[in-house]
Amino acid sequence: MSLVFSGVCSHAPGITGRSERADPALREPFFAAFGEMRDALQASQPDALIVVAAEHFANFFMNNMPAYALGMCDSYDGPIEDPAWLGIAPRKVRGNAGLSRRLITEVQKTVDVAYAEEWRFDHGIMVPLHFLDPANELTVIPANINCQGPPLTPLHRAWAFGEALRRAADAVPERIAVVGTGGISHWPATPDSGMINQAWDRDFLDRWARQDKPAMLSYTDEEIYRDAGQGGFEIRTFVAAAAAARGRGTVHFYAPIPIFAVGCTLATMEIA
Amino acid sequence: MSLYQLSKFLFQLNRDEDLKLQFKAAPQTALKSYELSEEERQAVLTPDIGLLYVLGVNGQILMHFAAFCGIEWPDYLQRMRDGVKQHGPVRAGVYAMLSGHEDRVAGV
Repeated sequence: MSLVFSGVCSHAPGITGRSERADPALREPFFAAFGEMRDALQASQPDALIVVAAEHFANFFMNNMPAYALGMCDSYDGPIEDPAWLGIAPRKVRGNAGLSRRLITEVQKTVDVAYAEEWRFDHGIMVPLHFLDPANELTVIPANINCQGPPLTPLHRAWAFGEALRRAADAVPERIAVVGTGGISHWPATPDSGMINQAWDRDFLDRWARQDKPAMLSYTDEEIYRDAGQGGFEIRTFVAAAAAARGRGTVHFYAPIPIFAVGCTLATMEIA
Repeated sequence: MSLYQLSKFLFQLNRDEDLKLQFKAAPQTALKSYELSEEERQAVLTPDIGLLYVLGVNGQILMHFAAFCGIEWPDYLQRMRDGVKQHGPVRAGVYAMLSGHEDRVAGV
């Protein structure tokens, strides 16, 4: 059929694991906006949701690190982390190996994506699903971009991956949604956790919402590391979502919530 | 430098329930097949979260080991700060500390 939805959201584990520590005046509007994004996603009636994640050494490690991967399973378990630590109960998420295979075959025409018949979801996927699919009803296909273990795939290749996802979505009869998940600037899991470069975030989101490809792809990893931290490498998931959607974006929510370690972000993009 | 081996052990531990049981019962045995320096081995066995951080273990791996050891989030952050104070700056990887020892960036 086609791509029917594209969006991006934060996925920091503190959003669920440390939610009680956050200022309710910040937390509640964020959670409410997540609810609105859930409604928009559901209204698009997707047959499957591709979550473009930036997993954190849950399935992939430096012994054999794929730049890009797609899941090809009929079900996925998560969270791989301690459920009490993450604040999300274990669930089995429905997949669709046959659909994955068709999507992967199309993506492989331009991007040498790895595929995985085993995949346990970490917070990078579980936190978005906790809010976007609380009833565990969606068919989910995980995608991953290595944003954790350098050397990392260049931004222009993340764009190409998003383009390939779009072409693949358009090539199958199913209605496909894409959600990219990641931080913008952040320094997660370090003593600097909670540091957020709000100006950098807002500038990046402006580039993203304008669908300004050259501006989105202009950062070097050295610049990202300096200005947006190691967590900033995850903008690759936002870049891929923009390349898939092709339209203008709308930022529905952005607010730094330090105890969540990230500028909490929810945005959608027109499918063009 | 065997940071890769050190990180790989913690990666495996984070995702393997059997290895967690083995590590609890016989930590030396669980570490046997990993080529670690004595400093790295002791950092895992203690556990010395601050030293593991300084050695360059990626925080996305380290925070789960800390949770496995029963260390709460504020204490995890403090142990990393203390590790830098005791052992010096982070020696490898991309998780260097920018803030000061007394800073509490997220209020904890």
